[in-house]
Amino acid sequence: MFNRYFVDNVSKQIVLVCATISLLILFLIVIFIFKEGFPAFAKIGLLKFLFGTEWSLKEEKFSILPLIIGSILSMIGTVIIAAPLSIACAIFLAEVAPRRIGTLLRQAIEVLVGIPSVVYGLVGMTMLVPLIRHIGGSGYSLLAGIVVLTIMVLPTMVTITEDSLRAVPVSYKEAALALGATQWQAIWMVLLPAARSGITAAFILGMARAIGETMAVYMVIGNAFAIPHSILDPSRTLTSHIVGQILEAASGSLHLNALFAVGIVLVLFILIFNSIAFSIRRKTL
Amino acid sequence: MIMSPKLNQKIAWLITWLSGLIVFLILAILIGFIFYHGFSALSWSFITNPITEGGILPAIICTFYIVLLTLAIAVPLGLGTAIYLSQYAPKGRFSEFVRYCIETLAGVPSIIFGLFGMALFVIILLRTQCLLAGALTMACLVLPTMIRASEEAISAVPTLHMEASLALGATKWQTITKVILPAALPGIITAIILCVGRAIEETACLYATLGLSMLTPGSLFHGGRTLALHLYLLVTEMPGDRELLIRQAMGTSIILIIIVILINFLTRLLSGYFLTRMKGDN
Repeated sequence: MFNRYFVDNVSKQIVLVCATISLLILFLIVIFIFKEGFPAFAKIGLLKFLFGTEWSLKEEKFSILPLIIGSILSMIGTVIIAAPLSIACAIFLAEVAPRRIGTLLRQAIEVLVGIPSVVYGLVGMTMLVPLIRHIGGSGYSLLAGIVVLTIMVLPTMVTITEDSLRAVPVSYKEAALALGATQWQAIWMVLLPAARSGITAAFILGMARAIGETMAVYMVIGNAFAIPHSILDPSRTLTSHIVGQILEAASGSLHLNALFAVGIVLVLFILIFNSIAFSIRRKTL
Repeated sequence: MIMSPKLNQKIAWLITWLSGLIVFLILAILIGFIFYHGFSALSWSFITNPITEGGILPAIICTFYIVLLTLAIAVPLGLGTAIYLSQYAPKGRFSEFVRYCIETLAGVPSIIFGLFGMALFVIILLRTQCLLAGALTMACLVLPTMIRASEEAISAVPTLHMEASLALGATKWQTITKVILPAALPGIITAIILCVGRAIEETACLYATLGLSMLTPGSLFHGGRTLALHLYLLVTEMPGDRELLIRQAMGTSIILIIIVILINFLTRLLSGYFLTRMKGDN
């Protein structure tokens, strides 16, 4: 039998090794992406890479302005639709819904979270795209991407918004009601402003999810490498561009470096969103 | 004209009820649409046939392999890291920074992990797209989630329990294995189930690492495709009768959704079981 102090010591070392390996892996990911991506910035030139509108394998010209615009437009569109819906739904869950219906709705939202993104993509392709084709264009469009993304970020936004509404002390609302406000006035003028920062964090996390979502968007957005002029035009996002090209990129080529550079831009977007959400949440805690 | 507050409230209530209804309808339409189009594809032979004959058995087996391998890598590493971070790591700037990094990596899109996995595991280390490369990539993807969720579970155990155990003369490790981990077990199991769910549903990180083969992977160094990946390939890259392929994809979706609902159910069942057991102990 091992001495228990010996076991204690060995276990501590094992756990330390686990932590070191995990952290090495996580740092390796970051370092790797930057190491592979920077040559593209260096060879193409940062400004030319970000603000050019050409992506050609033959001429080795790589620039990504249409992708950035596609990603930002689909993200903004998503938030514009999802924000009012998720606030209303969160108010419903936190304040209005009878207990049973609230539980049922929460379960429905849990199922929505779990459904794989390719399933959303499939339904988007077979139901949404033909519907949009009736309005105009080929159907594979920015609009299709926005609708699919809205459904996908809705559960996250509703859940976080509801949590932040529930985190407001009951006494706030009680004070408003005691002053003669109606239930709705108390919610609109007291509860929502008090939960403001949590709701902002919910929006930002929703945006981060929307810009990072890959497969579902790739399946419905049409993937045209061009700046869309209307919401019915096909477009391409940073993520769908990587998926579309990843199998064609030869190792060591400028093409692969450029794809990693697209990845860096994407990670920077996410980093900014997460940092804002993180600091907002910490301020309120 | 100014609306009376009462009328105002009625309209507001109507809007919130409507929004709740919309979310319900989205789920109902989604599932109804999938079952309507995919139910006819379901049969015993659909589940047991190879992909070349219109079945999905290899994809089911490959999904199973990916989940197992991912857990085998990510759970020990993640749990060990969580124990270190919550119990041993000196509190201060550095561990704050580490936590921030883990939090951020948990939010990085899976396609970035796919790029990383392809460049490191496929191009440099293994030189082929295969089951092992896919599982390693997936393990990297779920690792931050695993660390964060199990660290939360461990930190939620009251320090009083730990102090009582230490005061009785137990070593730190005895305290961890006999007091802290049992109390944190429900949270840790939830974390593991979360990882299983992600391993089943993520596709972007496997697209360039798993090899997309139609056959059942015979070893760690053979390619394969998971259910979700198969679904994607059916509607985008497989040649053949378009309607048939879409029907098969819908059938695959039904299987995936059933798995998701089972996982949700299992989580609730387990947490209920642990809650009653822990109350019973008191």
